[in-house]
Amino acid sequence: MLMTMIEALNQALTLELERDKRVVVFGQDVGANGGVFRVTEHLQKKFGEQRVFDTPLSESAIIGSAVGMSVYGLRPVAEIQFAGFLFVCMNQLVSQAARMRFRSAGAYTCPMVVRAPYGGGVRSPELHSDSLEGVFMQTPGLKVVIPSNPYDAKGLLASAVADPDPVLFLENIKLYRSFRQETPQEYYSIPLGKANTVQEGTDVSLFAYGAMVPLAVEAAKQMQKESGTSIEIIDLRTVWPLDEEAITASVEKTGRAIVIHEAARAGGVGAEIIAIINDRCLYSLLKPVGRVTGYDTPYPVPGQEDYYLPTVPKVLAALRQVMEPT
Amino acid sequence: MATNVGARFIASDTDMAPYQILNAEGKLVGEMPDLGTERLLSLYRSMQLGRAFSNKIVALQRQGRATTFGSLMGQEATAVGLAAPLQPQDWLATSYREIASLLVRGLPIATLVYAFRGFTPEHYPREIHCLPIQIVIGTQMLHAVGLAMAAKIAGDPAVAVGVCGDGATSEGDFNEALNFAGVFQAPVVLVVQNNGWAISVPRHKQSAAPTLASRGAGFGIPSVLVDGNDILAVYDVMQQAVERARSGQGPTLVETLTYRIGAHTTADDPTRYRHAEEVETWRAKDPIARFQRFLIGRGLLDEEQVRQIVEAVEEEINEAVRVAEAMPPMAPDSFFDYTSASLSPRLQEQRADLLSHIDPR
Repeated sequence: MLMTMIEALNQALTLELERDKRVVVFGQDVGANGGVFRVTEHLQKKFGEQRVFDTPLSESAIIGSAVGMSVYGLRPVAEIQFAGFLFVCMNQLVSQAARMRFRSAGAYTCPMVVRAPYGGGVRSPELHSDSLEGVFMQTPGLKVVIPSNPYDAKGLLASAVADPDPVLFLENIKLYRSFRQETPQEYYSIPLGKANTVQEGTDVSLFAYGAMVPLAVEAAKQMQKESGTSIEIIDLRTVWPLDEEAITASVEKTGRAIVIHEAARAGGVGAEIIAIINDRCLYSLLKPVGRVTGYDTPYPVPGQEDYYLPTVPKVLAALRQVMEPT
Repeated sequence: MATNVGARFIASDTDMAPYQILNAEGKLVGEMPDLGTERLLSLYRSMQLGRAFSNKIVALQRQGRATTFGSLMGQEATAVGLAAPLQPQDWLATSYREIASLLVRGLPIATLVYAFRGFTPEHYPREIHCLPIQIVIGTQMLHAVGLAMAAKIAGDPAVAVGVCGDGATSEGDFNEALNFAGVFQAPVVLVVQNNGWAISVPRHKQSAAPTLASRGAGFGIPSVLVDGNDILAVYDVMQQAVERARSGQGPTLVETLTYRIGAHTTADDPTRYRHAEEVETWRAKDPIARFQRFLIGRGLLDEEQVRQIVEAVEEEINEAVRVAEAMPPMAPDSFFDYTSASLSPRLQEQRADLLSHIDPR
């Protein structure tokens, strides 16, 4: 069935609520309103107010209560309305949910999912567009998952709910309704921690996730037409922990790499991928690794955001640079 | 506000007299809770155990045999009284101050000693339903609310108790916990152990509210102010608040008025910020001495039995210290095991790297 990412996520949550009595879904406006993006539409009607409920406007309490619920034995799926507000609940997410297993030497654990929309390009107010995944790479105990299409969104969310540890599930706002994709109606899952090869190539590897995957595909198409370059595109799917095998194998094959993300450049996914390449396959490189990312500034206002975000021309420029003969 | 418990719920800011059953002299000034002799003596023993444990760890810290530790001295009635009414299926989320509560819940003394050697007990008894000691102030109150919400969702007759100090009431999480507890009518009892000081900052600098119990009113939560050095009053209030929660009547906020006789932790010097006279005033209200006078006055205890209990508790703790000090240290790489359920290839590599630097022996 053709589905948008919203519909795929809604179906994944429906299946989880049907499959497992321990699953509860809650957050701000997720009940009658079905979520500000409608990811939780009709869930409260179907599953009742005990299992799908609105909370007070209280991010720290949403995550803090999810910690308690998951220790008790439920499988909470909590929504933070925008990833930009994750800072309000950093202690509960980073110092509590992600560390409960560690603190208790495994006696108590927090199998919980925190869903949060993120990403730019939709002209939203301040702190509604930020990409914060890099911040959470230094949160041991927490996984960070970012789907790039409806099919992946559904299968990855299923794995996130089944995971024995907390998972931060970031959903790109621009991708929510940007296209439909054939997606099975029945239950399936896609493993966490495994990247997906979107297209194979031999000259250069593009590493991307979320909304940067379709951008990479478009840039690759133009570059292939322009110069016949054979481009491999790796969709990371899980940005923490990264699939180091996939990254290494691709770079060993192509000898060139570009990392693309919306998030700020410093210390993030791109920087870590470059460090992985340095550790594991530096001598396969024919050229320095390119980076097309957001800048190390605050995410700009809607009138300026197009300048901040990676674009096809920016990726093409990086591609031409790594493909220059040495 | 509900008035169905023996203790008086705070209805307004003017209701400021704490609920008391024993006055500072150990005289009965209220109605005795329904406790048999054995139970009364067991509460007394738990308080002695809590104090002796606390003193022991402070002493071990001075000898370099324990890590930083926050003394329980003076707060034994609150710590014991808040845990004693709980049933096995109930949950407890504490800060670092309520050591005696954990012992009441069944945490082996040696396990706790091991923790203060600087290791995580690796076979922590999950079934005692006590979350690990919380270091971030106020944070655990939300965990207690979440545990209680889960019990309600699951339809279990379980109650959660969260306990924090007076300083924690200034934290956002404390307020968010009260709000969630009220909105979801969670079967939770939130306890503020007001010991007068948040390290060096006195209670009156934390909040302009006349009592911390009065904070409940703004969240629609019945609240009780109780003499935190009166074991019978704390027990009575907790017993009723826990049963209110269990029977579907919702959350309660309890403020226990007590005093931190010792330093904040072994790293703190309270003479820098408070007067010795204040400490002496509170020593005169000592919770153990008070309960002891009551028990002796009733003929339930005599000086000889007191001596025996104190000796037995000492011996029990010394034995636990021997056991804990004989326990092997955690494996140097075991922190990898508790990061997540399974190790990513990256963490496997990092662990192998660490092991390559360790002399095998």
